[in-house]
Amino acid sequence: MAAAEKPPVTITGAGPLSGVLSGLLTWIDQRFPLVSSWKEHLAEYYAPKNFNFWYYFGSLALLVLVMQLVSGIFLTMFYKPDAAQAFASVEYIMRDVWGGWIIRYLHSTGASMFFLVVYLHMFRALLYGSYRKPRELVWIVGMLIFLCLMAEAFFGYLLPWGQMSYWGAQVIVNLFDAIPLVGPTIAVWIRGDYVVSDATLNRFFAFHVIAIPLVLLGMVAAHILALHEVGSNNPDGIEIKDKKDAAGRPLDGIPFHPYYTVKDTLGAAVFLIVFAICIFFLPEMGGYFLEYNNFIPADPLRTPTHIAPLWYFTPYYSILRAITETFMWVLGAGVIGMVALIVLSVANNLVRLAAVAAGAVLLIGFYALDPKVWGVVLMGVAVMIFIPLPWLDRSPVKSIRYKGPIFRSALAAFVIVFVVLGYLGTQPVTDTGTLISQVCTALYFLFFLLMPWYTAIDKCKPEPERVT
Amino acid sequence: MIRKTVMNLARAVVCAALLAPLAVLGSADGAKLQKAPVNLNDLVSLQRGAQVFVNYCLNCHNASYMRYNRLRDLGLSDDQIRDNLIFTGVKVGEPMKVALSTREAGQLFNIPTPDISVITRSRSSEAGSGSDWLYSYFRAFYRDSVRPTGWNNLVYENSSMPHVLWEFSGQHQVEVQEFSSHDAAKAALLQAKSVARVDEISGKDKDGKEVKRWLLKTIRPGSAGTLTPLEYDRLVADLVNYMTYMAEPARLERTQIGIYVLLLLGVLFVFAYLLKQEYWKDVQ
Repeated sequence: MAAAEKPPVTITGAGPLSGVLSGLLTWIDQRFPLVSSWKEHLAEYYAPKNFNFWYYFGSLALLVLVMQLVSGIFLTMFYKPDAAQAFASVEYIMRDVWGGWIIRYLHSTGASMFFLVVYLHMFRALLYGSYRKPRELVWIVGMLIFLCLMAEAFFGYLLPWGQMSYWGAQVIVNLFDAIPLVGPTIAVWIRGDYVVSDATLNRFFAFHVIAIPLVLLGMVAAHILALHEVGSNNPDGIEIKDKKDAAGRPLDGIPFHPYYTVKDTLGAAVFLIVFAICIFFLPEMGGYFLEYNNFIPADPLRTPTHIAPLWYFTPYYSILRAITETFMWVLGAGVIGMVALIVLSVANNLVRLAAVAAGAVLLIGFYALDPKVWGVVLMGVAVMIFIPLPWLDRSPVKSIRYKGPIFRSALAAFVIVFVVLGYLGTQPVTDTGTLISQVCTALYFLFFLLMPWYTAIDKCKPEPERVT
Repeated sequence: MIRKTVMNLARAVVCAALLAPLAVLGSADGAKLQKAPVNLNDLVSLQRGAQVFVNYCLNCHNASYMRYNRLRDLGLSDDQIRDNLIFTGVKVGEPMKVALSTREAGQLFNIPTPDISVITRSRSSEAGSGSDWLYSYFRAFYRDSVRPTGWNNLVYENSSMPHVLWEFSGQHQVEVQEFSSHDAAKAALLQAKSVARVDEISGKDKDGKEVKRWLLKTIRPGSAGTLTPLEYDRLVADLVNYMTYMAEPARLERTQIGIYVLLLLGVLFVFAYLLKQEYWKDVQ
């Protein structure tokens, strides 16, 4: 509709100002989709009325994102991305900049909180099948956000230029060395040097403060737009849009604003209390939020005896360390098992053939390439394997409330495995630790790879007609 | 049937999860640290600690992230700081730096002396806080003729730093007890009154068989210093108290501000709760 044809906006209840405000809003609305956006995304976005505890973490992730952006902007005003000055500039922020320590702890604690909130947000999706049709794109964009977040955390962790910053970056960039033929060249290209150095610090700073945040913000916008296109899932995993009233509003939906804006404000208040306890009383969180070794300036000549990433990367770090030479036999057996399962249970000959071919390629690869390469590959796959979930889950129902005992047990086992891997990743390597992490790595992948079979045979309960 | 298998599997995983921490523990024993009596509200102790620090540490170590005038936190005036704590003639707003160059330090100690502004935070570990580490470290020096400085340390073995406070503590010796079982050595470690550590050694007996032994090392008082052991412990406690403060000067105000912030958030919570209840009463 052309600008001038839009109806005027009227505001009531603003007293003598209402005329002026209405005029201003009409002026804007005839040039910008203000009222329609407000209605589409807040006042007339109908969300299921039965959201529970797990539904707070989406809005909390947005809150943490804003806090990270704002605190990050203030940090860049004082931080120096220079290998000779970086460590000292962080201590300068902690001591000489007025309120600098609050900003820095906000940002360092915020990083851990971001991952905590996002992991819980993802777990919510696993619980209630939020990744299932028609929300596949919401899920995939969400996973891309998770990847951005990991990159953002990785680049940012180098900036304080402590021992763990330095050696953590060194270890992770060296992983690219494992790629056959081009690996070492790629590693040098990433670092801009033969070791992590001033050049690396400067480019990681650029990635951390502008490149990744730009992508992240775009992805978050896409995540919310995609969600509002299809509508939110809910703990019952049924579509509220199937049952509408005469005016076309979902019977079990309530407007996001004001109902969920006030509810999420309450969630934010509780979250901020937890957050403040961390910032003001436990900023190091026993070495989990700020590693002790990182209070020693980076020293390229002294490798720490025990290098561990921060807690939110440790499950994947454990998987990386679990792939040893002996474990390659387990992987080989796993591939043969998967191919056999596909050949025996899938009727389509093309799929069978593809499975056999892929299996053969993998087996040759296992034999030909260094286990280190497969460690890196499996770590990457472990992060990405969430993406095909919408197609792996073949259960007739979405929510755990109506799924059968097999899925429930599998999900419980997955959570335990994830936590155990996370714990082991913080610890130095021991024989027992490696064995446990290998068992957990196998279970981690089986949760996803066997899902098409176990969700199909699981005994589900009938879904209700309306939300409960 | 499947359900039973899955439940058993889940149970096994839970057991593994619970046992995992145990499996990983129990390899290296290292030094047993003693708890440092840190009290950041004790300004007198912090002032005494600052005095020990500038007299004995600041000769070789920089604390270049810390400015002298920050010591106003400890209830001192700029004049008091200038007259009592600055020996190098720098201005009161300057950072705590020494004239010792990296090269000179290299000649003296074989390695450059580290900046110790944040050393307390970096020494934290599962064995104890960084303050505990320092408190134990200063009480773990013993005479060792093998070392170039003539000193060794139980907490930080083969430390390049000599025992700077030896006049106060006196010169102690190390006492070594040998155990043939790890458990007995660990039990003795827990019983030890002083700072102590257990080291594993392995060698061959006369039949050429591999044997393992565990050495419990403790500190035995040697010649007396100018302070009694109790007075020396207090001096170290003051110094560690100061170094704990210096590693994070904001810690003094951090917890105070934290309480106000929590009170404010408590108020926000109450209003947010009431608002939510008000709106949601018409949603059934």
